Amino acid sequence: MSLSVHIKKDFGGFRLSVDLEHESGITGLLGASGCGKSLTLKSVAGIVTPDEGRIVLNGRVLFDSEQHINLKPQVRNVGYLFQNYALFPNMTVEKNILCGLNREKDKDVRKEKLENVMKMMELTKLRRSFPHQLSGGQQQRAALARILVSGPELLLLDEPFSALDAYLRDSLQIQVKELLENYGRDVLLVSHSRDEVYHLCSKVALIDNGKIFGAGRTKEIFANPKTRIGAVLTGCKNIAAVRKTGEYEVEVPEWGIRLKTGRPVEDHVCAIGIRAHYFNPRARENVFPVVYADRMEEPFETTILFRCAGQKEGSPSVWWRIPKDRVPDKMPEQLGIAPQNVLLLYPEDNN
Amino acid sequence: MDWYPLINSLRIAAISCALVFFTGIFAAYYVARLPRAVKGILDVFLTLPMVLPPTVCGYFLLLIFGLKRPLGMLLSQWGIQFVMTWYGGILTSAVVAFPLMYRTARGAFESFDATLAYAGQTLGLSNTYIFWNIRMPACRQGILAGTVLAFARALGEYGATSMLIGYIPGKTATISTTVYQLWRTNDEAGALFWVLVNMAISTVVLLIVNMLERRNGKAGAS
Repeated sequence: MSLSVHIKKDFGGFRLSVDLEHESGITGLLGASGCGKSLTLKSVAGIVTPDEGRIVLNGRVLFDSEQHINLKPQVRNVGYLFQNYALFPNMTVEKNILCGLNREKDKDVRKEKLENVMKMMELTKLRRSFPHQLSGGQQQRAALARILVSGPELLLLDEPFSALDAYLRDSLQIQVKELLENYGRDVLLVSHSRDEVYHLCSKVALIDNGKIFGAGRTKEIFANPKTRIGAVLTGCKNIAAVRKTGEYEVEVPEWGIRLKTGRPVEDHVCAIGIRAHYFNPRARENVFPVVYADRMEEPFETTILFRCAGQKEGSPSVWWRIPKDRVPDKMPEQLGIAPQNVLLLYPEDNN
Repeated sequence: MDWYPLINSLRIAAISCALVFFTGIFAAYYVARLPRAVKGILDVFLTLPMVLPPTVCGYFLLLIFGLKRPLGMLLSQWGIQFVMTWYGGILTSAVVAFPLMYRTARGAFESFDATLAYAGQTLGLSNTYIFWNIRMPACRQGILAGTVLAFARALGEYGATSMLIGYIPGKTATISTTVYQLWRTNDEAGALFWVLVNMAISTVVLLIVNMLERRNGKAGAS
């Protein structure tokens, strides 16, 4: 099981230039909106034709600009779950699912597959309903059933949860994860939500401005995003420019401090990232004086904004996030950060 | 009582409406997918018959199909003559009604959610199936409205028709040319009769459309 995508396309103001190797399992494409995630999926599905490049799925060439191969979407055998689910509004759930079975010529097999998938996706009672009569979650199940029943080699999920209410999203994520694991096919999932990607995908590729960088195991990428954009996409709140001052030490001019690092610093280091959860007022290393600035409360967590004692005017405050029940009565006058939690960030070109 | 104008008007309107239904949808479908610059130019050309006075359309049709013009002469060799024949009325009605079908259908196609077509393609459905079973039903309202407008316009066509096929009782007379002819010859009662016939047809057409729309609404497909 493998997918290899190497494509380029010029959209005038925007250039898509994607190089992606997917081995097996569920890979997430994480990026901000308008970064080219969906265009990548659409190119794999055959809805968008790249200017040049090559797309190979399990040894089968789907697109090759040099050999003038460009398979129609109908024969690529790639399932695409659209953000709005794209159920046909003039057809019932059953008819919609039957559209996914149009390649199956045997009537009995078709009927059996239809019944099985409706049972699996809990749609049997809704078979005569029209899409507009379904809830968001039911629409998602119907659209997934329609795709799964067609037996695609590769499943493309385009922001599968963004059309759902927040409270539905979490429970459906658990269901979909289980479903995809049981299904056992390759999946490419596009999302702007780091939580979704972290939860669902064993591997992740970060994408920004039409380019992919920093692909790898999800946990490793989140633990060490390596680039500034990677740090932002994985949810790092504190990023500041640095310069190297020692084998394991950097200077942060913006904050007026020096920090020890867990990893050796390479010469071309350009910034550090510190996750807002990792500050510790009782730390012994990398301790620096701070001044309380402001706070933002959420239902279960609080973000406390500090300024370093020597911080330059105009630079963003430092974010410290802690569970609400652990917010101290008196704000600490110093914060520390363990050296291994200082993320070293390098220019994107070198990755 | 001579019912010829009614029969003639109905057959002209029905045939030209059927012609316009397919050509209008075809043009709309392809024009909606063209690049913007080409679309703008083609759009002007295809919509022109709607904004020009019908007599100007009739003038152009005479320029093309007149008996002394190359195309008119060519066609008359095979016995086809659009001047002063009832089926010439099909031509004038179709030309004048075409933009109504084309524009309403194009509006419907342009508001169609393209992801539905893409979803169908990735599921392996043929483009023909997608067109007739997904795109057309989704655009049903616009296409139905366009068809009704085109039929009504074809039924009421006067200017271009009177120029190309004139008024020959029992041969080229339509309801609208008959109304004018009777009024001109001071037969007020006759004119009123045909006015009422025309109003009756239009009312029935609109009632049928309303009924169709209500039935579609009940089917739950919106």
